[in-house]
Amino acid sequence: MNQSVLLQAIVYLASGVFFVPIAKRLGLGSVLGYLLAGVMIGPAVLGLVGKESHDIMHFAEFGVIIMLFLVGLELEPERLWKLRMPVLGMGGLQVLLTAVLTGGLALTTGLPWQPSLALGMILAMSSTAIVLQTLNEKGLMATAAGQNTFAVLLFQDIAVIPILAIMPLLATYPVASAADHHAHAALIDSLPGWLRPFAVVGAVVGLVLVGRYVMGPVFRIIAQTGLREVFIATALLMVVSISVLMEMVGLSPALGAFVAGVVLANSEYKHELESDIDPFKGLLLGLFFISVGAAINFDLILEKPLLVVGIVIAVMMAKAVVLAVLGKIFKLKTDQNLLFALGLCQVGEFAFVLFSFASQNGILSKEIVDMMTAVVAISMGLTPLVFLANEKLLLPRIGTKETEEKEQDAIEEKNAVIVAGFGRYGNIVGRFLRANNIGTTVLDFDSDRVDILRKLGMKVYYGDASRYDLLESAGAADAKLMIIALDSPEKSLDLVETVKKHFPHLKILVKAVDRDDSYEFMEAGITHIYRETIDSSLRMGVDAMTLLGYRAYQSQRAARLFLKHDERNMGELAALRHDRKQYFSSARQRIRELEELLSSDEKDRWLKDVEDGWDPETLRNEVRQMFP
Amino acid sequence: MSSVLILFAHPALEKSRTNRLLLKACQSVEGVTVNDLYEEYPDFDIDVDREQELLLAHDIIILHHPFYWYSSPAMVKQWQDLVLEHGWAYGREGNALVGKKMLNVITTGGPRRAYEEEGYNRFTLRQFLAPFDQTAFLCKMIYLPPFAIHGTHRLTEPEMRQYASQYKSLLTMLTTDQIDIEDARTRQYMNEFIID
Repeated sequence: MNQSVLLQAIVYLASGVFFVPIAKRLGLGSVLGYLLAGVMIGPAVLGLVGKESHDIMHFAEFGVIIMLFLVGLELEPERLWKLRMPVLGMGGLQVLLTAVLTGGLALTTGLPWQPSLALGMILAMSSTAIVLQTLNEKGLMATAAGQNTFAVLLFQDIAVIPILAIMPLLATYPVASAADHHAHAALIDSLPGWLRPFAVVGAVVGLVLVGRYVMGPVFRIIAQTGLREVFIATALLMVVSISVLMEMVGLSPALGAFVAGVVLANSEYKHELESDIDPFKGLLLGLFFISVGAAINFDLILEKPLLVVGIVIAVMMAKAVVLAVLGKIFKLKTDQNLLFALGLCQVGEFAFVLFSFASQNGILSKEIVDMMTAVVAISMGLTPLVFLANEKLLLPRIGTKETEEKEQDAIEEKNAVIVAGFGRYGNIVGRFLRANNIGTTVLDFDSDRVDILRKLGMKVYYGDASRYDLLESAGAADAKLMIIALDSPEKSLDLVETVKKHFPHLKILVKAVDRDDSYEFMEAGITHIYRETIDSSLRMGVDAMTLLGYRAYQSQRAARLFLKHDERNMGELAALRHDRKQYFSSARQRIRELEELLSSDEKDRWLKDVEDGWDPETLRNEVRQMFP
Repeated sequence: MSSVLILFAHPALEKSRTNRLLLKACQSVEGVTVNDLYEEYPDFDIDVDREQELLLAHDIIILHHPFYWYSSPAMVKQWQDLVLEHGWAYGREGNALVGKKMLNVITTGGPRRAYEEEGYNRFTLRQFLAPFDQTAFLCKMIYLPPFAIHGTHRLTEPEMRQYASQYKSLLTMLTTDQIDIEDARTRQYMNEFIID
């Protein structure tokens, strides 16, 4: 492999590893950390990366695409339909009004109307990457501000398409050579004009149909192989293919990924996809932010500091005012409106794409593009600080910090119980709880079973329950009980550890296969342990006694007492077992244990209670003596 | 002809020879149904519908149990709590049991003289049974005095057999309506009707 690639990887990774934890520690958020890292390694400070950072940024834009795919996954079609008002109304008005206002400002500087309009439209964009990442990190996505922010960002992503279509019409400079043209327009440009709309519609319809009817079975087949990396590869392949397809027909790849996400939002592999792709999103977004930081042209800023700062402030103010007015119209409370308006007031990463497109099409001059690129980068860099200022300085003064709104369209159902493993054991527990109207979220790793259960209308999620991210998306943070009914003892122990580490509030009930299993769970500190055979064995014993002529009540009481005795016994043996491990092989140990068990079953140790109840011999004797 | 339902409740029948004999004896009498509660519901989950149907199908209800702590074993209480529902057995709408007769059949270790006001237990058996009396009254049933076997701890085998046959006679008299109910209500013990 090319060594310089690896060296670059070291530079990028090291800067992220170094600066992000510091930024997090200082309460600045990860986005600002990455940006800082970029500034540090960029030409302005250390100069470790140079021109190639633009290519890297282009590559890292894929992180934005993955992010929108994930956003789509979280958004079932019904929910998207519910959001149509904020998306069209709020989003549409935001883009329109901001474009008019900032474009108008540009006009006053003496620019012709075409570049002013182009600037206005470009500056209307906000940063999906920074804003969603920050809102997620702060857990604000479910608030009214979060939902509206999301709606506006969604509309902006859609609006990129018509903007790209309008741009060429605004050209005032001679167009650069055709070779400089964006590669993505190649296919659609080669088609005759009348065919283009069909190609676009066909691509989108094809995407929906494939997502709906082909990807489900494909993921099922892949999942059955049990190879996780192949599943991840399939997921990535799908997202990459979608972006390429969308680019070919001239649509925004991010929008395509979003549509694919929405289509798959109802699939049983939703959570698995989410947790598999999420790390890629994080890494690529980090890379993206670093390259944004590195791309800030400090020379230009130092040349005309006042002008740059002035433009940054003017743009952000203009955007914030438009947003605040919209927030007011759409009846956001003051604190929510602040978050909404200040959160979206930067210019987003789409601007970089649109600027380069605009300069290639001869709409904006090189000077303006350079200047504005710096402005955009600074405004993005300021966003985490704006969030911070809002949180620390403004919100405390308002004092009406709204609690998260838990609306019916919240992303996850909030069930009190999570059942991991819906096999022969877990399904009984789950059915029983459901029959008592106790909400249960089921996690299972058997794709055939998931399929069947879903056909029966149950909420079952596919995935490895011992993984933190799956637990998180299944709502472990809000649940009360974790029922572990997995077939594999090792997996159960993994899950116990994950739960204890990340969700210590969850009470754990675990199924054990046998005594050995139970000892392991006892050592892990679990108190609710259920051996899968003990109850039915004892029930059989009870029926055997009853059929032999013992009284039903006596047999049952005996079984209950025996169970208690056995469990107490197990606690004692668990302690002994540790010392003995060294001395005996496990087979030898099991026989030894059986011996101990049988000898401890002597009646005087446990059956005493059965015999002492009712009409004890002592009473009989005493009565005989008292009334001779 | 009257039909008799025996609600039998003994948590440790394996220890009680007397009750095993009594239970065997009553099973052979025509018109008598024995409902062995601890055997039927070892987990205390009483089938209320089944129990109410049984009650409706019989004229005389006998609660047959050992006398523990001056009352019945826990199962009888559970049975009362669940089966004698408001609006069914008692209350303005509760008329399912109107006119039926009810009595207790009791075995107790203490001799009869221990159940006197001057005796070891300070109250008579009839006094201890006041809650059952009132239960019957509230359900518009006729409460009859108990048939009791005292001093079970020292009964000899022949004595036990004798009591068993007395129980059998009582059941026969009840099923064939040979007992004057008005007279019976004034007595301390149903035992008084049996001459053998």
